[in-house]
Amino acid sequence: MNQFVNNAQALRLHIPEPQCRPGDAPDFGALRLPPAGGLPRPGFTADESTLRHLPYALIRVLDDDDAAVGEWRPNLGLERLCEGLRAMMLTRAFDEAMQRAQRKGKASFFIKSTGEEAVAVAQAYALDARDMLFPSYRQQGLLIARGWPIEQMMCQILSNSGDQLKGRQLPTMYSAREAGVFSLSGNLGTQFPQAVGWAMASALRGDTRIAASWVGDGTTAEADFHHALTFASVYRAPVILNVVNNQWAISSFAGIAGGERATFAARAIGYGMAGLRVDGNDFLAVHAATQWAAERARANAGATLIELYTYRAAAHSTSDDPSAYRPREEAAQWPLGDPIERLKRHLIRCEAWSESRQQALQQEVDEQVRAALRQAESLGVIGDTRIERDSLFDDVYKTLPAHLQAQREQLRKEG
Amino acid sequence: MPVMNMIQAINSALDVMLERDDDVVVFGEDVGYFGGVFRATAGLQQKYGRMRVFDTPIAEGGIVATAIGMGAYGLRPVTEIQFADYIYPAFDQLVSEAARLRYRSGGEFWAPLTVRAPCGGGIYGGPTHSQSPESLFTHVCGLKTVIPSTPYDAKGLLIAAIEDDDPVIFFEPKRLYNGPFDGHHDRPVTPWSKHAASEVPDGHYAIPLGKAAVVRPGSEVTVLAYGTMVHVALAAVHESGVDAEVIDLRTLMPLDIDGIAASVARTGRCVIVHEATRTSGFGAELMAVVQERCFWNLQAPIERVTGWDVPYPHALEWDYFPGPDRVAAALKRAMETS
Ligand SMILES: Cc1ncc(C[n+]2csc(CCOP(=O)(O)OP(=O)(O)O)c2C)c(N)n1
Ligand SMILES: [Mg+2]
Repeated sequence: MNQFVNNAQALRLHIPEPQCRPGDAPDFGALRLPPAGGLPRPGFTADESTLRHLPYALIRVLDDDDAAVGEWRPNLGLERLCEGLRAMMLTRAFDEAMQRAQRKGKASFFIKSTGEEAVAVAQAYALDARDMLFPSYRQQGLLIARGWPIEQMMCQILSNSGDQLKGRQLPTMYSAREAGVFSLSGNLGTQFPQAVGWAMASALRGDTRIAASWVGDGTTAEADFHHALTFASVYRAPVILNVVNNQWAISSFAGIAGGERATFAARAIGYGMAGLRVDGNDFLAVHAATQWAAERARANAGATLIELYTYRAAAHSTSDDPSAYRPREEAAQWPLGDPIERLKRHLIRCEAWSESRQQALQQEVDEQVRAALRQAESLGVIGDTRIERDSLFDDVYKTLPAHLQAQREQLRKEG
Repeated sequence: MPVMNMIQAINSALDVMLERDDDVVVFGEDVGYFGGVFRATAGLQQKYGRMRVFDTPIAEGGIVATAIGMGAYGLRPVTEIQFADYIYPAFDQLVSEAARLRYRSGGEFWAPLTVRAPCGGGIYGGPTHSQSPESLFTHVCGLKTVIPSTPYDAKGLLIAAIEDDDPVIFFEPKRLYNGPFDGHHDRPVTPWSKHAASEVPDGHYAIPLGKAAVVRPGSEVTVLAYGTMVHVALAAVHESGVDAEVIDLRTLMPLDIDGIAASVARTGRCVIVHEATRTSGFGAELMAVVQERCFWNLQAPIERVTGWDVPYPHALEWDYFPGPDRVAAALKRAMETS
């Protein structure tokens, strides 16, 4: 016999909406931020079943008075922290300069990482220089922290004759094999499971190197995100999977990616994988969380999913104007502050730094960027890239097949 | 009559269909509050509410899959894939599911969805914001594939696509959004307002899928093109002085085979132009059709002008792009042979 529900009520669909839109006063009142220092640091080989509170916690080391507190406080010398500050400032100066270059028509496109510099720089510092990185387009700080020449990055962005990638890629889609940075794809999320595959290979070979990859909050919706977690979990691959939750995916707030009811770190729980959630604007906390995950991976204790809780302070890209979808003042009111400012204040508190040294360093990185850009621009800019036209057909395959030879001939002839 | 660029015409088509048919729902990445990264859905959520026009997670496979489910329920979903280059995560849902649902269920279920996606290059978008993947879809039986070249056609074809009970892939050449780009990238941009096809009625009209348009009548050679290449072909014809008949295919599947054959039978020559890569591109299908239908009328080998068989490059975009000079060279070759 068929059964029917009596007096069923009309169903309704839930469409998530952010708290504030343009015209509203920014409001982060609903954010519950636990104080720094309160969270115990489990041993890095701890069983996953004992870690399931961590995806809903928030690892914080720097407190409101800029002191480093609690068990997660990393063992980092002041000198190393000053280097970290410099790398973050260089990243920001680089971003500003390349945005200006794009506005002047020297590049077709650019993506800044403003406000997210601690994610890339502190994570690079917490990993071994030989570990393999599979970043998204917003972790230029990884390359900078690894000492990759900014001129090289600039040539890629200007798409000129100095670009190792032969002008083929959209600006910011770097590739730097020598620095252990995998070629970036414009397709979101595709590299997340590839990083897992690299890590599986490293384990298959009895190697000691681990892999790390990054996606944004929005990208966690792609199937590839879940492929990565499944494979990483099944094979306990030595990999660190990072979600940079900067609250926005172009115009969509994190609720559209499924961030309303559960944290992104909590995705780990369903896969039986360790998950950490960390204040992404706290250099020390980011370093500590990453180091814990790296130790866990190196101990063959499995992969970790890290959610880096931060805010995209700039536009999505040079093609975007965020004032169309979020309050202008929102970035300035982000309760977790600015990563550079916070590390600077911590160093000043430790008497390892001063405002005048800060100013001098600002001038130094600005000058470094200016000099590098002059150098890079001398090799061409978009529209006058000075790239050999014949190179169009190289690298499609290892060797040029006959049909591409014929097409190259035709291009030479017809122009 | 209102003057619209292609974005406004597409927006108008969606507006008309949301107004006329309660079953129409519009969704995709950034299409709701913001109105789409190309602004094609601007104002629609404000007008029709969040239950009709909404943002989705960044999951193209999920977008198409849920559209199939909604279509099976009885809605008429219109989805946006932000760039055609990002349609591949939805490939399985389109090829294995949307395209075959009607067939495998013996007509019990079908998926009347429309998938809009900006395609083509010419905006320095590099390899992942420039592709023309139409032939991957024309090869799949059960799918229809449409590519407009003017605001007027974009609106009429999009309305027809939405009203169609089969799944339709609707590729929008993004380089045409703001003007009839003819391939001369070093010249100032011509706005649509200078073009007759920017006159677009406010209300409802549909252009039947499967009917090509003769955009320039001529007697010496037939040029088959679609999307951006229609305007490039017109420029090449103008500059070469050949009296060519330029046909805008408008829909690739169903294809206006009779229209094509009638023209080539008259001119005896044929040049095919597309921006997509060459090998197994839609031009290959067109060559086969012309050969099958017009072999005894042909006075010269069929010419094909296409993108090279390489990923769309960033810096060397204009060396990839099959511009008016390359089309003119093909016209000349076609005319020299007899
Ligand atoms: C497969 C795919 N779909 C869509 C896009 C277009 N797109 C580029 S960036 C972006 C938003 C990504 O947001 P998020 O993952 O949060 O990273 P964020 O930009 O905030 O760093 C979108 C939708 C793309 N590049 N690839
Ligand atoms: Mg984001």
